[in-house]
Amino acid sequence: MKKFWAWGALIFGLLYFILPLIGMTNFSLKMRRGVYSLDAYAVVLGDPRFQETFTYSILMALATIVFGVVLVVPTAYWVRLKLPGLRPYIEFVTLLPLVIPAIVIVFGYIRLYNTSSWLPLTGSITGTNILLMFGYATLALPYMYRSVDTGLRAIDIATLTEAAQSLGAGWTTILAKIILPNVLVAVLSGAFLTFAIVIGEFTMAALLNRPAFGPYMQLLGANRAYEPAALAVMSFVLTWGCLGLIQLVSRFQKGAQSPA
Amino acid sequence: MSSDSSAPRQPTREPFRLPLHWLGALPFAIFVLLFLIMPTMRIVIGAFQTPEGSFTLDNIRGLFTTSIMSAYWISIKISIASALLGCLIGFSVAAAAVLGGLPKWIRSPLLTFSGVASNFAGVPLAFAFLATLGPVGLITVFLQTQFGINLRALGFNLLSFWGLTITYLFFQIPLMILIITPALDGLKREWREAAQILGATNTQYWRMVAFPILLPSFLGTLALLFANAFGAVATAIALTGSSLSIVPILLFAQIRGDVLGNPHLGYALAFGMIVVTGVANTIYIWLRARSERWLK
Repeated sequence: MKKFWAWGALIFGLLYFILPLIGMTNFSLKMRRGVYSLDAYAVVLGDPRFQETFTYSILMALATIVFGVVLVVPTAYWVRLKLPGLRPYIEFVTLLPLVIPAIVIVFGYIRLYNTSSWLPLTGSITGTNILLMFGYATLALPYMYRSVDTGLRAIDIATLTEAAQSLGAGWTTILAKIILPNVLVAVLSGAFLTFAIVIGEFTMAALLNRPAFGPYMQLLGANRAYEPAALAVMSFVLTWGCLGLIQLVSRFQKGAQSPA
Repeated sequence: MSSDSSAPRQPTREPFRLPLHWLGALPFAIFVLLFLIMPTMRIVIGAFQTPEGSFTLDNIRGLFTTSIMSAYWISIKISIASALLGCLIGFSVAAAAVLGGLPKWIRSPLLTFSGVASNFAGVPLAFAFLATLGPVGLITVFLQTQFGINLRALGFNLLSFWGLTITYLFFQIPLMILIITPALDGLKREWREAAQILGATNTQYWRMVAFPILLPSFLGTLALLFANAFGAVATAIALTGSSLSIVPILLFAQIRGDVLGNPHLGYALAFGMIVVTGVANTIYIWLRARSERWLK
């Protein structure tokens, strides 16, 4: 009886999740009347706007990841090593982007960094790109920081630091050659999650008027029928890819540590 | 050096340049201040300012008009409905997988899938549901041709309260599964055995032992899911365009083109969002701290 309910709940859940996935896949294949075809995908992939916006978002994601790593790894390391008293406060701050909706944060950016302000970032294209990257880094902060901090907890950073120092290493060397390789799996997890967040982000890019993939998808959705479904399938595969890679790297780490 | 081996987590090395230690956290502090705290404060302060910069409560008062209040109300209703259903369904699925005697191998794919699905939000999610429950979607057409059921005629419309709620559930349920599974794992077998030895029935065990222990994580996740749905912009816009007046869509339109005709009313609208999600998250943090006492 208990098993019956358990299977019932599971199958109900599965059905709810699988039907939209079947729905979008099915729809994306129906562009040509009467037969299944990959026409919608061909149209999307051939659209120069798709190529532009997708490239833009990939570059933004990579820039965000690099910036996020450079910001978070040294900070998390330093706080654990020298300022452990600050940890609860920093942890609280890194969780704030989950509390404050992205639309409010970007609203603040627009008001704070407009052309007549002391830091007119929205005045130029480069400035707006940088502002958007900072926005993405803020959105990804909770995931990146948590991931890196958990990674640091697993290693003995104090001993590693002293060993490196006694061999004459400076701070940059310690961070780049000792700490980063040791928390690489955590950093990669954070990076893939950042990638998954940035690649389809809509609100910030749309309100800062940048040609990113998210606003492109929304525009296509408002004007076309079959192509959006193809985009949805591609996004889903992309999200699977990112999350799958996280699983893969963390399994790789477990495999590397356990043979002892 | 010797102290390190005994307490590796709390380095107590001799400070050799004490004031400079703080500089290490400075880049992070500056970034957070400039791109998280100050933008938010700008909105909060702006909500209490006239265009000339003097203090006023008029903006907040301006929120209490029928159209804005109804936007908040429908936003809150959708958030509560999707959070409640997300919690209940997510709990049922997680409980089925953890306690229901299902094969062990189900667990890992379930959690992986939940990780993916909880991140599959925004514009593509809206497309997926349009292709499934939209006017020519898979289920709509299937019910129409196979059973002659016309969802439209029955009053179902994807661009409505229930449509949005059903769509939001796609990321709400997995989030619940991800958060509640560790809590269910934390229910120790000894507790059930102890209850049984003392003569408790299964119902009594659930009502008097498991339920009170799980309640904080359950309510806490409810608050988190609420805030999650309340701040969702992209899914709503891609799904409904601007046909459904909920707060995030209203604010989006206001930032784009000042549809309310008063920039500072926009601040107040955003401030209202911060207050609502802030309250929900305070409840979440408070309850999580309570629930963690049992799950050590």
